[in-house]
Amino acid sequence: MKVLLFGRLRDVAGWRERTLNPTPARLSELRARLAAEDEALGVALSGAGVQAAVGKAIVRGDCELSPTSEVAFMPPMSGG
Amino acid sequence: MISVSPDPIDAGTLLAGFLQGREDSGGVVNFTGLVRRDEGVEALELEAYPGFTEAAIAEIVEHARQRFSLDDALVAHRIGRIVPGEVVVFVATAARHRRGAFDAADFLMDYLKSRAPLWKRSHEADGAHWVEPTNRDHADLSRWSRDP
Repeated sequence: MKVLLFGRLRDVAGWRERTLNPTPARLSELRARLAAEDEALGVALSGAGVQAAVGKAIVRGDCELSPTSEVAFMPPMSGG
Repeated sequence: MISVSPDPIDAGTLLAGFLQGREDSGGVVNFTGLVRRDEGVEALELEAYPGFTEAAIAEIVEHARQRFSLDDALVAHRIGRIVPGEVVVFVATAARHRRGAFDAADFLMDYLKSRAPLWKRSHEADGAHWVEPTNRDHADLSRWSRDP
């Protein structure tokens, strides 16, 4: 599965994209795994306004993941 | 039409194309957003999530189309590195009557500011920092939930 980070999350983690194998069974497991590897990223991912998308659809709460899942973590959006 | 691209935006050409052959709309409103030379700002850098950003903007446009009875709408957003004086966003709306076109352009800009999946970094003399929506942006957006 693929994990993407956007905006300041990328600076916190020092990476933009990662492939994880084996795939965590659930989004909550992915969050726990990233937080265990990098405490600062764990804090940033649970920060105010940070949203997750799985397969380019916003997920509030938890969901199942598969080896083909693409998970994106996105800080508050700012266009215009 | 929705475009999210690193190519420069030519607002005049986009507007001319948007007006072309339009016979049923009584009003077209357009807004051009420029990168402003704020203190120390050398450039803005915008990042999108390809595919997701366009889809999210399309949803915002569809919302505007229904709410303001638009005949048509165009959103062009630039990404990548953009320097002061360059166009970062262009929005055009067409409606049967002018009020819908004015309101829809205003609505679209407020939503693009804080609901479009774009991330903005300001490059300044003392380094780069990420820009997040301001209280003003949130207040602008909340105007649309108070209205009927």
